[in-house]
Amino acid sequence: MEKRVTFKGWLLPMLLLLPQVFITAAFFFYPAGQAIYQSLFIPDPFGLSMQYVGLGNFEYLAKDPYYRASFVTTAVFSGLVTLVSMGMALYLAVLADRLIKGSGTYRTLLIWPYAVAPAVAGVLWMFMFNTRVGVISWYLGLLGYDWNHVLNETEAMGLVVVASSWGRVSYNFLFFLAGLQAIPRSVIEAAAIDGARFWTRFRTIVFPLLSPTTFFLLVVNIVYAFFETFGVIHTITSGGPQQATTILVYKVYKDGFVGQDLGSSAAQSVVLLLVVGLLTVIQFKYIERRVHY
Amino acid sequence: MTARDALAAETAPVKSARIPAEGMVEKRGIGIWFTHAGLILGVIVIFFPIWLAFIASTVSQPEIVRPPMPLLPGDQFIENYTKALFSGVNAPVAWMLFNSLVMALGISIGKIIISLLSAFAIVYFRFPGRKLFFWLIFLTLMLPVEVRIVPTYEVIANFGMLNSYSGLIFPLIASATATFLFRQFFMTVPDELAEAARVDGARPMRFFWDILLPMSRTNMAALFVILFIYGWNQYLWPLLITTDPSMNTIVMGLKQMFPSGDDIADWPVIMATSILAMIPPVIVVISMQKLFIRGLVDSEK
Repeated sequence: MEKRVTFKGWLLPMLLLLPQVFITAAFFFYPAGQAIYQSLFIPDPFGLSMQYVGLGNFEYLAKDPYYRASFVTTAVFSGLVTLVSMGMALYLAVLADRLIKGSGTYRTLLIWPYAVAPAVAGVLWMFMFNTRVGVISWYLGLLGYDWNHVLNETEAMGLVVVASSWGRVSYNFLFFLAGLQAIPRSVIEAAAIDGARFWTRFRTIVFPLLSPTTFFLLVVNIVYAFFETFGVIHTITSGGPQQATTILVYKVYKDGFVGQDLGSSAAQSVVLLLVVGLLTVIQFKYIERRVHY
Repeated sequence: MTARDALAAETAPVKSARIPAEGMVEKRGIGIWFTHAGLILGVIVIFFPIWLAFIASTVSQPEIVRPPMPLLPGDQFIENYTKALFSGVNAPVAWMLFNSLVMALGISIGKIIISLLSAFAIVYFRFPGRKLFFWLIFLTLMLPVEVRIVPTYEVIANFGMLNSYSGLIFPLIASATATFLFRQFFMTVPDELAEAARVDGARPMRFFWDILLPMSRTNMAALFVILFIYGWNQYLWPLLITTDPSMNTIVMGLKQMFPSGDDIADWPVIMATSILAMIPPVIVVISMQKLFIRGLVDSEK
């Protein structure tokens, strides 16, 4: 797509581009290049020189059981976050869509958690499940269940999944509701006249017509779970117990800043870079094509 | 949620809302009460964590450390919030709120300005290297700051921008989401407008200032909402580059208020801080709800 009418000159557009080009070069291309460059070296123990190791850092990562475990953790974590947040959102959106009046009020109420930062959400959920003062863990204790996400790996994973999904429900709800409201009423009424009950209508008409929205949200939520949940993990579990909630982004931070293992951290960055690239390509390719079944 | 989502929303397959009509499939009578009950249940579940945080911010420490804590507000509201705002744990929360505000405004306004300028240059001019610039900018869509933290940290350290507002702001505006959105919008602006401006002898910047900018107002506002929240809610980046407590943003400072080791956290003050941390973005989202949803969902053209 091009404009027919344009202005003359080249100096002005260059000047207009300058701020963005400068910022992008300094804070994006240079660091991204550095990440790739550093991923091919290991610094000596005193940090005085760098030794070229080719793909050594990557080979090391591929063999590192912790890194592989972190991959699995990330897959489980993002799968669960996507499932929980989209499931809850779809449930609420389907209900809100059934209302003629008042869906706007519910929307206003449900939009709130979107504005809450993942790190703050982490603190809220950690407070509820805190082993000493948490309200929910206390009531669980009354029921005879001894909740302790500081020691129990499954409980830790469950808690970070719920805390990460919570704010995401708002976002998914907005998209699902808009998607549902875009389905022509006449199609649904025709099915109703043919005697299809709610569940049948949902399964055979509504859900298939919603598939573009669902697919779009699937990709966006995976990206979210991969890259934007650092705050939740850091506030609730700090990647523990053991490595149970160390997702890939958390590991980049931990190895790079806490462990000072720059070569490995850079190699991990490059791996993540490939993951984002892949997800972006999927997002553009399929969403442009509008999945319809 | 990031500005990345704004772009995602741009490509999102969502059509405009239909006008709700009285139809035979809408539930009446008992059915509608089930629907409301289901929704209210959902709202309660969603709200519970916020409610509990609010309660905790209005009671005293002993009431919390002897569980179960009360589920209705106490009388320590003023004490807790005053203590949080003016003394805090490491730094007064009022300071952290100010830092967050500067960061969020810097990111949203800064990004909107540089993006408007470069989108204008790319859409309305023909100059050598235009395509190259476009693709270079487009590439930046792909990489969240989380992925390049170590080298970006080094850049900031070399520029001497640790513990500074510019260090907090610049790396987060180095992405092209907004440029991309404005480009999309400018492409839909009728050519006749630029034509007329040219015939009248208007200079490009005059056209930009008098015609394009007023037309972009809604898009700018919608983008502002999304970017403000994106900036306000940043965690990892401020955590890395603000080692001085007086430069902490509220979202990252919150975690720093927890004592290390076995000491008991000052829960009322911490929970008051978490409520304070969510108030500004919530106000922005709720008060600009229409624009926000537009920025998110309906921006497909």
